[in-house]
Amino acid sequence: MALVNAFNASPHLAEIEKDYERVARQRTTYTFLLLLVCTISIFGGFYVAEEANSGSFWGGLSSFWDYPYDIFAGAYERGWGLFSLAAKYFPYLVETINIAIVSTLIGFFFSSILSFFASRNLMTNSLVVMVVRRFLDVTRAFPELVIALLLVLIFGPSPLAAIMAVTFHTIGALGKLFSESNENADMKAVEGLRSVGANWVEQMRFGILPQVLPNFFSYALLRLEINVRASAILGFVGAGGLGAELKMVVDWNYGADIFVIILMLVCAITAIDYFSSWVRHKLVGATGTL
Amino acid sequence: MVTVSGFEQARLEDQYAGVIERPLAQRLIAPGVVIAILGYLVICFFAFDVPGVLNKARMDMAQLYALDSYAHKDHAKLSFRKADEGFELSLEGTRRARYDTPPAWFQSNGAESRIDLAGDGIVAFDGQSIVTYTHPDYDEPFRFRVGGGDYPVYLGSVTPEWLGDSGKQIDARPSLYSRIWITRSKIEVHRYENGWENFWFGFNSPLSGMSIGQLTSLAMSSDRIEPEMSNLSFIASEFWNNPEWQHGDIFYALLQTLIMAVVGTLVAGIIALPLAFAAAANVNPLRGVRFGLRRIFDFLRGVDTLIWSLIFIRAFGLGPLSGTFAIIFTDSGTFGKLFSEAIENADRRQAEGVQATGASPIQKYRFGVFPQILPLFVSQMLYFLESNTRSATVIGALGAGGIGLKLLETMRTRQDWENTAYIIVLVIGLVILMDNMSGWLRRKLIGDTEG
Repeated sequence: MALVNAFNASPHLAEIEKDYERVARQRTTYTFLLLLVCTISIFGGFYVAEEANSGSFWGGLSSFWDYPYDIFAGAYERGWGLFSLAAKYFPYLVETINIAIVSTLIGFFFSSILSFFASRNLMTNSLVVMVVRRFLDVTRAFPELVIALLLVLIFGPSPLAAIMAVTFHTIGALGKLFSESNENADMKAVEGLRSVGANWVEQMRFGILPQVLPNFFSYALLRLEINVRASAILGFVGAGGLGAELKMVVDWNYGADIFVIILMLVCAITAIDYFSSWVRHKLVGATGTL
Repeated sequence: MVTVSGFEQARLEDQYAGVIERPLAQRLIAPGVVIAILGYLVICFFAFDVPGVLNKARMDMAQLYALDSYAHKDHAKLSFRKADEGFELSLEGTRRARYDTPPAWFQSNGAESRIDLAGDGIVAFDGQSIVTYTHPDYDEPFRFRVGGGDYPVYLGSVTPEWLGDSGKQIDARPSLYSRIWITRSKIEVHRYENGWENFWFGFNSPLSGMSIGQLTSLAMSSDRIEPEMSNLSFIASEFWNNPEWQHGDIFYALLQTLIMAVVGTLVAGIIALPLAFAAAANVNPLRGVRFGLRRIFDFLRGVDTLIWSLIFIRAFGLGPLSGTFAIIFTDSGTFGKLFSEAIENADRRQAEGVQATGASPIQKYRFGVFPQILPLFVSQMLYFLESNTRSATVIGALGAGGIGLKLLETMRTRQDWENTAYIIVLVIGLVILMDNMSGWLRRKLIGDTEG
């Protein structure tokens, strides 16, 4: 209605146009400022990074292909022997994937329980919500590598260090996503259950869980892929799996072995990625949920 | 309470067969899955040899590391060969940090020396051959005969669990906070105290041990400690260049990590944007190009940041530049995939509407598609900014520099756990800050809609 009135009353038109121009100018200014900030941070960042780097960018550019070339040359020389290398490293890949699956499962268990205590609509005690949320924040922010390093010092080189480190981080990461999806859940089911005298656990079990479980599974599958990467990385500090082997062959510069391990890792990660997005599509019927 | 009559119940059961009483096979799915998962976990438990690993775990080391992260240790050491020099008092036993004036816990009258172990009692040495240790829980003090080129001898009969006497050396640890260690050649007493020592100023700094009040009056005073600079800037530089805590270096390293994350995310987004349009089915009709781009995205993403950083470190050397490129490569793939999916899911009608007004193809995408997906781009980039801060720390530890490398250095020495704890606190703080900031920016820029 307002729009029609504005069009009918011509004196207002000039005013609207002026307003529009003012808003447009403001937008352009903001966009320009944002671009400026981005440009400055990119170039300034590159400058600082270049200063702190031990080699320079332009010096390194010419030798950029040397290392990939070495790897491919090593792999080419080996020829069919690559398959026996793949067979040799396959058990380590299985170990890495197992580390990821176990930590995702355990992390899923704890974070799904904690998420109910971190959701404002489900937990009336706001102190509990705050404490659990801060706990999740810390577990999420704690770099896995640090935990793995500490545990390797205590346990010695063992996959257990990787499992505990990845699990710890998974609890925080999933817990946050789960609690967000709890908060978006429809509360009518809970109200219905409360009206027939269900206790809190029953309300959660029958009112919320059936609504959010597909989301939970979807997030957990996404986590699985991230955790495969993480457990491969943690091998670098001695936490077992394919990463430990990769570190060894990188240190010794075995081109063929590096090639095979990287290829296996890339294939495994891509395969899990496609598998998980296929299952997620079945579960929640939409892609792109982060 | 709602009651249902028998007739009504029969009708309901008839109408909703399989809802009230579900078929057996369906009811067995959930417990079956749980049992399968538990079985898998049990297999993994033994495959990873968890009992063996836990058995061999050095929990005593863990306890010491943990203690060292929040407490500091003073050493008092007397070597019998140089007995006339008396006890040497130092922080962590290093020569660089020797106490010139004895701290309050140490008393000496030339011949006899007393070391106060707070809750664990008092150790005294008579300057000749007897060490007496008075523990608050025991009436009789523990006495040891020491020196004279012989192994130490315990003169008492009561041997508590914490008193180790191997015949060649005495090693008493009444609690985690103190240790008395006597060998043929020396007496060494370790004494832990809670708190980070010399956090503000180095051990040898003239400002060491000053209170806030003293510092304020010093900053106000016109008598300069260092003739070249004012007292305030002297205080600041003493703090910034603290040799034990290296605040300046650590903050510079933190900045490098932040740069890796911010620049990496921004540049990856800028690279991914045009590629994403070229890989979207509703923009680019060339199937072959789309397929190729999709596989490139997969490859960039599948090769982990860590492996990219290994390659870049070979080319560009150790440092944040290599880390930045590693993040750019991985995230270009991730953003390319996410953005192209978002473009494909964009509403066609807006683009058609713009086209109907006679817009060129570029204008059509600029005004018809771009405004729809921009919030999603920004939101995803901000989301990754936070996770990249963490990955920048990780790849930094493995060679790309920044705070990760600093962290690894402090852990490798296995002595500076207080520095490790400090850096961990800073990293967690940074990640939480980035998390909150990106959430705030997301809400500010695109309203409350998530992802």
